[in-house]
Amino acid sequence: MLKFLSKYPPLKQLKMSFGVQRFMLILGLSIVSFFILVAIFADFIAPYGFAQLQYENGEYFGSQIAPGGSHIWGTTVGGFDVFSRVVYGTRTAIAVIVVAVILSILVGVLLGLLSGYFAGWLDRILVLVADAVYAFPSLLLAISLSIVISGGRSGFWSGILAAGLSITVIFIPQYYRAMRAETLRIKQEAFVESAQVLGASSFRILFRHIFRNATRTLPIIFTLNASEAILTLAGLGFLGFGIDPTMGAEWGYDLNRSVADVSAGIWWTSIFPGSAIVLVVLGITLVGESLNDLADPRLRKRQVAEIE
Amino acid sequence: MAKTATAGSSLLRYLGLRFLLIFPTIWILVTMVFVVMRLVGDPITAAQGGKLSAEQLQELITAAGYDRPILVQYFEYLAAIASGDFGTTLTNNQPVVELLATYGVATLELAFYSLIVAFIVGFPMGMLAARRRDTATDAGLRLFAILAYATPVFFVGLLLKLVFAVAIPILPVAGRVGVRSEIALSKLEDATGFYLIDAIKLGNNEVILDVLQHAVLPSVALGLLTAGVFLRLVRTNMISTLNADYIDAARSRGIPEVQLVTKNAFRPALIPIITVVGMQIALLLGGAVLTETTFEWKGLGFQLAEYLSARDYVAVQGIVALLAVIVALTNFLVDIIVALVDPRVKF
Repeated sequence: MLKFLSKYPPLKQLKMSFGVQRFMLILGLSIVSFFILVAIFADFIAPYGFAQLQYENGEYFGSQIAPGGSHIWGTTVGGFDVFSRVVYGTRTAIAVIVVAVILSILVGVLLGLLSGYFAGWLDRILVLVADAVYAFPSLLLAISLSIVISGGRSGFWSGILAAGLSITVIFIPQYYRAMRAETLRIKQEAFVESAQVLGASSFRILFRHIFRNATRTLPIIFTLNASEAILTLAGLGFLGFGIDPTMGAEWGYDLNRSVADVSAGIWWTSIFPGSAIVLVVLGITLVGESLNDLADPRLRKRQVAEIE
Repeated sequence: MAKTATAGSSLLRYLGLRFLLIFPTIWILVTMVFVVMRLVGDPITAAQGGKLSAEQLQELITAAGYDRPILVQYFEYLAAIASGDFGTTLTNNQPVVELLATYGVATLELAFYSLIVAFIVGFPMGMLAARRRDTATDAGLRLFAILAYATPVFFVGLLLKLVFAVAIPILPVAGRVGVRSEIALSKLEDATGFYLIDAIKLGNNEVILDVLQHAVLPSVALGLLTAGVFLRLVRTNMISTLNADYIDAARSRGIPEVQLVTKNAFRPALIPIITVVGMQIALLLGGAVLTETTFEWKGLGFQLAEYLSARDYVAVQGIVALLAVIVALTNFLVDIIVALVDPRVKF
């Protein structure tokens, strides 16, 4: 099993790496796995629900209670338990990454393949549109889209979908560009030409011959996008365009609510959700950076073989 | 798209072509904004829905012309933008272009400070990391760069506030300037709105100090984000130039190491850096919205956030379209600068 998996990223790179690079990759992978586990087992880890305001006996938590006692990270101005909201926020964050990245890979890769292979006017228009979207301030685009998709405020899954889709549009050009460039390169190869001569269908050539050979840059863009997705989601939440607090926990929204707390010296409502964002993005970025370094021969260092 | 110029083509032709490309780019951007913002329906229902009766709503919609065919409205919108009219806000009836004049300067001032912070922090650190490649210094600096990127600007802002305005109260919590200085500044006749310039014009040291104190935390918050990008960029590009043969040649001729790093290797590394610096403008604008909200810095981003929460989507559409045009124009300028700096582009 491990041997089979070791042909694929990031395990393949793990074998290639050593020293500082290996350390960065392992650190990143550990952080990411930790958060995935937290997201899966959120129900067991969090002492309270993300929208819970009362104890079982009907008594309210109270707002802005300092960390300690039955609320290890305190409570927010709205009277939520900070720890539980941070734990459940992991679930929201990972759901958004999955939605955003899967959608943008699907659309971006398909457009890139078609555009690079068939060229012509479709290619020109797509390049122009992709460049325009790429230059657009991404947060502004995400804001506009989230207004459209959800009217600004929404439930858990519709909120996830809204945030995911808003982010997708920003990412599609990146996958599109990478895939198009790869397709243009591979199209010139002899094996594609021989497939064409043998009468293989365009579909078969695209997916069997080109796509299989063009996926090498995808893991890198994937990790870069995943971290950007978290930051965009948090930014949307911070501006009040995230998920309704009673529908799901979202770190950016919690930070937005804590701005006023900060001036009063109440630190626990911002430090914990903020640190969660930083850690997740840090973990994903560490993985991405390492993959990038290992893929770029200018930045890769090889282990010096011991000569006996 | 940056380097379509081949060896034979003239710089002028390249610039002309690049200039013509602005128009389709802007057209696509403003169309995108229009499509996105109008997919749901008309802005009046969005702003007033639920507050007014159906008849009143219909009256307003008819008065504003939102009940006409969408294509007619689209062409009207394009014609208006072509003549520099980005619409009028619903909530306070202000032309969006005027908003840019009033609040754009504040955003420009913030962007200016944070670019300075980014250069001061990012460039030397990037050079150092490249020179000390694969040592502990390099690892530490790269970790710093990743952290600067991984921390949302508003969280950096909140942390800075907690430390430097609440725990050790040496800097103001929010705002562009204190009340007393604001009154002093408002007396200035030909005010630019760029508070530092205005304060210097006023010649009042207290006001200058006040303006600078207010600027520190927001510009560090926004600047660090960009500094991380600069650090990584300078490092990667310097590593490849430092490996080049001509650097070895220069070194063997006895040119001091410091000069090698800051001059010989730095200059060729600068070209890709300029391109990315230009692209940072888009990132900076997005970051400005968040930074301005965190620090109540009354710029264009702060206004945008206000209009967003007031559900004034005419204002949002106008501001976003306007910002998109600004980004397109900046990218054009950057391409020109790259063409002028890069010796490989021939006249």
